[in-house]
Amino acid sequence: MTTIKSLDPRVTRMQIDTERQDPLEPKPELDQFQTFEVFHQAKSGAHHVHVGNVHAPNRELALLLAKEQYGRRGQTVNMWIVNTRDVLTMASEDSDVFATTPDKMYREVAAYMVRNKVEAFKNKQQEGTKE
Amino acid sequence: MNSQALAELCYRMADDELILAHRHSEWTGLGPLLEEDIAFSSIAQDKLGHAQALYNIMHELCGEPDADTAAFTREESAMRCSQFVELPNGEYDFSLVRHFLFDAAEYIRWTALVQSSVEPLANLARKIHGELKYHLYHAQTWMVQLGANGNEESHLRMQSALNSAWPYALGMFELGVHEDALITEGISIGEKVTEERWLELVTELLQPSSLTIPNGVEPLNGGRKGYHTEHLQPLLDEMTEVYRVDPSAEW
Repeated sequence: MTTIKSLDPRVTRMQIDTERQDPLEPKPELDQFQTFEVFHQAKSGAHHVHVGNVHAPNRELALLLAKEQYGRRGQTVNMWIVNTRDVLTMASEDSDVFATTPDKMYREVAAYMVRNKVEAFKNKQQEGTKE
Repeated sequence: MNSQALAELCYRMADDELILAHRHSEWTGLGPLLEEDIAFSSIAQDKLGHAQALYNIMHELCGEPDADTAAFTREESAMRCSQFVELPNGEYDFSLVRHFLFDAAEYIRWTALVQSSVEPLANLARKIHGELKYHLYHAQTWMVQLGANGNEESHLRMQSALNSAWPYALGMFELGVHEDALITEGISIGEKVTEERWLELVTELLQPSSLTIPNGVEPLNGGRKGYHTEHLQPLLDEMTEVYRVDPSAEW
């Protein structure tokens, strides 16, 4: 019998037959609690920033647990809790829809024509104060 | 100010916090899920902080020993904690029920202490109000989750834990020797009023939990007079083990 050689010595020690036919039984869905994404607000009026997630049976408990996981090390005024399943995201292979974005300089603030006018106005003002 | 009365109040409250903090900390690393393990340990740490602050007040205002000496050198019979906090953790259901009943009482006590005639005590009460609010919120959320939103087993376990905790919980309000002085001097609201408000609060918070509050139960008193269960001495031995090796050590 040949056994699986793994970089992880714990797996190697288990001496799993490479020829093994019966696949391991898949875990039932939601065998663990669901996860909730945590958004942390450091100051009143500031953006809520994603900081991680917690396992919990519902939103209320998620908020309760998030307070201790993410709110005890720094200043915190509020938190948002969102079920991970409610987060809509793109498939990672579709990231090419953003591919040409870096080329489109004209969409960036730095490229706005109005900038020249603003600069000119500032210079004029400065000259004004010198007089 | 009646410093004996103040010392009695502080010893009762601080010993409760100290012993329950130790019990709570026994869950560290063993909690039912990682996030809850961290939350419960953090609550234990808060409680230890409250105990320390109370010992400090007593040290400064009543001439009692410093916090470490008060916490780690007294005999079992000198401890003024209620028997409720000494009981072993048992399963998580009992620990949660105790956490809930105790923290509801804490919430009432400290909220009233904001008006205390003893300024340092009132200041401390204002400072830790947010912590107490979170502790109670944490406890109540679990009571409702496991009482009403779990399954039959979780409901039965919570109800049975509530039944067995109840007589000990009532023991938290055992009257002390200086009860009258504490009230007339405006230091605290006294145990009787605390208990009434506690029962009101507990009843309200348990409304959505579908758990039933036990009726006509006699309190198990003794702790406030130094009569403890067989569980306190082993706890003290463990808690003071390191301190006793070298009481003068600087940490």
